[in-house]
Amino acid sequence: MFENFEILETINMFRNQHLDVRTITMGINLLDCAAESAETACLKIYDKITKRAEHLVDIADQISREFGVPIIHKRISVTPISLVAGASSTDNYVCFAKALDKASKAIGVNFIGGFSALVQKGFTDSDLKLLNSIPQALAETDQVCASINLASTKSGINMDAVALMGKIIKECAELTKDTDAYGCAKLVVFANAPDDNPFMAGAFTGVGEPECAINVGVSGPGVILAALKEVPGQSMDIVAETIKRTAFKVTRVGQLVAEQAAKRLNVPFGTIDLSLAPTPVVGDSIARILEEIGVDTCGAWGTTAALAMLNDAVKKGGTMASSHVGGLSGAFIPVSEDEGMIAAVEAEALSLEKLEAMTCVCSVGLDMVAIPGDTPTATISGIIADEMAIGVFNNKTTAVRIIPVPGKVAGDKVVYGGLWGEAPIMNINLHGSTRLIERGGRIPAPIHSMRN
Amino acid sequence: MSQSVKYNAVVTVLGKDRVGIIAGVTAVLAKLNINISDISQTILKDMFTMIMLVDTIKSTYTFENIREELKVLGQEMNLEIRIQHKDIFNAMQRI
Repeated sequence: MFENFEILETINMFRNQHLDVRTITMGINLLDCAAESAETACLKIYDKITKRAEHLVDIADQISREFGVPIIHKRISVTPISLVAGASSTDNYVCFAKALDKASKAIGVNFIGGFSALVQKGFTDSDLKLLNSIPQALAETDQVCASINLASTKSGINMDAVALMGKIIKECAELTKDTDAYGCAKLVVFANAPDDNPFMAGAFTGVGEPECAINVGVSGPGVILAALKEVPGQSMDIVAETIKRTAFKVTRVGQLVAEQAAKRLNVPFGTIDLSLAPTPVVGDSIARILEEIGVDTCGAWGTTAALAMLNDAVKKGGTMASSHVGGLSGAFIPVSEDEGMIAAVEAEALSLEKLEAMTCVCSVGLDMVAIPGDTPTATISGIIADEMAIGVFNNKTTAVRIIPVPGKVAGDKVVYGGLWGEAPIMNINLHGSTRLIERGGRIPAPIHSMRN
Repeated sequence: MSQSVKYNAVVTVLGKDRVGIIAGVTAVLAKLNINISDISQTILKDMFTMIMLVDTIKSTYTFENIREELKVLGQEMNLEIRIQHKDIFNAMQRI
């Protein structure tokens, strides 16, 4: 039996505080789709995805209605395509992206991730073909997301790949300039990319994963914010405790949905991603949580401390609520997708440098950051290199999803709409990084990676 | 409330208070052969709030049909009526 206040609290979280399950992502292994003929491989990829995920959307919607839990996205993540396409005798992998796009549309999900390569230690021939196909692939498909792992704590940082990705991001922006470089919103580079991440654009199914698995990403910034509004002026101990308790409840929703989805789809449950993911809707912002904790505007001094505590408390509460935790699991701080972050940039309280500092203590990294279109390639690579270093040397995941918008300068704004939100173009430090990037090679793995 | 109350779902009704809300909702539940195991009602900040623990097992209607019927009723009576499986409340409110 429940007390009335318990039932009303739960109802209120869904009704007024935007609590939802952000995504149910089905991971599908495509290694068995490799074929000498690219055409055959693409057919096998399409058939496998559409068969495996045939009922994903229906069942997710059914669970959503039965439990009264909004489930925002249904998505697919697949084996990194560079591993699947390598067997095929073709130099251009755009056909593989098109096969993924077609399959994604056929089953009614909204994104498919895995146009990916893992190049932290070096490139295979197939990796290079995939990287060079990215701009055209993202320009000519709608739902395909690409991700490249450039670095890991075990392997160090592949600086040749960092240099190359600077160029590819610029090309991608140029090819999709009609949509304000929307292609770049579907492209992310990682350090220590997780194998079971359900969130886009970085979702792919790593090689240690099972044939098929259900990974679920929860959300709930609005719920955390509402809980913190109940403890104004209280000590940080109370704030941390309040976040933990709330994160527990939020994650239990994800666990329930994941268990139900796995059972009804007859697919193993993978992990719950404990990330706090914002949306551009007012009341669903990470920045506003940090401001409730006590900084006047996100980006003010103290922001990093508040974010570190938030991120840690979310994990502590969420871990106990879930049988398996994975993916990115931390607070997301995308600029364009968070109403409070956008306001903070516009108020000049939040700079790219402060954002970088914040990525040291939370997941993801520099996410959905729009910069001037004429930013030099080497500067973009420099931004990536710094973010990779933060991930590699702190033994955590970091990423960069940066959008150099052609024709736009700092202070302008681009509007992507929906959950992508709108991005103010941020100021860039233009002192050069060219000589650093031109060195190439590999930054060795840090000493603390040797734990054996 | 007794521990042996049998229910598998929770119906919540929120809206502006007026005559006939309970009568209207319970009539539809009776039509669908849904037993009400527990009912509580209050006015919270001018808002009519009713919580019912119900058992849908004997109903020949599917959970989806029941949900749809209650949604239609909610639109007619200008109320927010939800039915949710009890497991969502178990998950969030019980360890």
